[in-house]
Amino acid sequence: MNLLQRIWRSSLGKKYLMALTGLALFGFVVGHLVGNLQVFGNPELINSYAYFLKSKPGLLWGARLGLLATVAIHVAAAVTLSAANKAARPVGYAGGSAYGSSWRSRYMLVSGLVILAFVVYHLLHYTVQLPAVNGGFDFRSLTARLADGTQVQDVYAMMVHGFQVVWVSLFYLIAQALLFIHLGHGLSSMFQSLGLRNHVWGPRIAAFAKVVSLVIFLGYASIPVAVLTGMGGDYLKNKKAPTPTIETLR
Amino acid sequence: MKVSLKVWRQKNANAAGEFKTYASPELNPNMSFLEMLDVVNEELSSQGEEPIAFDHDCREGICGTCSLVIDGKPHGPHKGVATCQTYMRSFSNGDQIVIEPWRAKAFPIVKDLVCDRKAFDRIQQAGGFISVRTGSAPDANSIPVSKENADLAMDAAQCIGCGACVAACKNASAMLFVSAKVSHLGLMPQGQPERYKRVKAMVDQMDTEGFGACTVTGSCEAVCPKEISLDFIARMNRDYAVSLIQGDPKQVAGGGAG
Repeated sequence: MNLLQRIWRSSLGKKYLMALTGLALFGFVVGHLVGNLQVFGNPELINSYAYFLKSKPGLLWGARLGLLATVAIHVAAAVTLSAANKAARPVGYAGGSAYGSSWRSRYMLVSGLVILAFVVYHLLHYTVQLPAVNGGFDFRSLTARLADGTQVQDVYAMMVHGFQVVWVSLFYLIAQALLFIHLGHGLSSMFQSLGLRNHVWGPRIAAFAKVVSLVIFLGYASIPVAVLTGMGGDYLKNKKAPTPTIETLR
Repeated sequence: MKVSLKVWRQKNANAAGEFKTYASPELNPNMSFLEMLDVVNEELSSQGEEPIAFDHDCREGICGTCSLVIDGKPHGPHKGVATCQTYMRSFSNGDQIVIEPWRAKAFPIVKDLVCDRKAFDRIQQAGGFISVRTGSAPDANSIPVSKENADLAMDAAQCIGCGACVAACKNASAMLFVSAKVSHLGLMPQGQPERYKRVKAMVDQMDTEGFGACTVTGSCEAVCPKEISLDFIARMNRDYAVSLIQGDPKQVAGGGAG
């Protein structure tokens, strides 16, 4: 039997896959957060960053396909493992169960699946930019000019516009809260599954998971909260007022 | 004191089971939980009813035979003790106590509260041993072992194989048991020659038996009567990863005897 088959057929092997793909997705979550936090700077900052990403289609699509494969492995391993776990106890207990288990650990599958649903929505919203999932507004009509005169999509205005819709922000915040729970358990279990934990590092890893998951939650949540409390409102208003374009200036 | 018992009754492995409620006779609060069941059974047989079948042997917390999920927790309300060392003084007069067998596909029920734990024996037979020559006893301390490893190995060796970890785990996972057995030999010099072969064989047998996987909930550690630590699971995961990477031994023509 080759190594890949062995890994997939073993319960421990699948946990290694969960841990490694989880680590990769955690890396993306951190990178994406750092990118997004640029919204708190000058609008040109995030617009030029978005333009930079889109100007490298090879890298962009490489990263996208890599992430897609990572998510697919993470979800496939999770779903098959939890099916096997459910099958391991065909008859449950009457007198309550899950004694002594950490509460985060009991919601990994459900938090993960809701986050997955959110990611699909989030991609349709800001990547595919489907007007139908955003109250009919077409994000592609928002454009801005960088300092060097390049016309780019106005990602800053798109984010402000998107999060001004209350239910969109609410769904976003719920997904972030679930990610907080998911990472609070997942980040420490990752070390356990890979065997990189002992009595010395155990408490440190648990503290790391709790702190990092909270920081990530606060970071992501700050964006819709800032927009809902008025950030970028003036920028959008000024944008909607007739601004001189190249054509009118001519 | 008197209590009422809601007990799982099941005639045999194939029969459908159900809960039945019994009122206990007058009990001494210093009876152990198993002695209480003995007294209840005396009364049941005097009334011509089938006594409640339950597993027990040494009744001093070292054999791992007793089981019972008591009010949702394997081995009853206390930490670090088995059912046989749980006493009726831990309950109050008039309490209703729910008593269930270990629930796992790999531990089929034999009768009432007795389940078949031979899956653990098969995991042990797959690799939970060291191969040594028998004969005269070697000199003591002829093989040096660090104090830290000796202590850790003893912690792991405390596992009595009762199966409470499986019973408590929401996935009915046997990882705590297997990791204790893998670690207690893997930490000792005598266990090194078969260390990676052992972990692979035992984990593969564990999967074959139909136990679930570990989701690091911590239930097993919380109910273990010997307080085996989750750290041993990490140690087993590490050893299993090494064994996967090593792969099968090289095939040698002629059996490799030279």
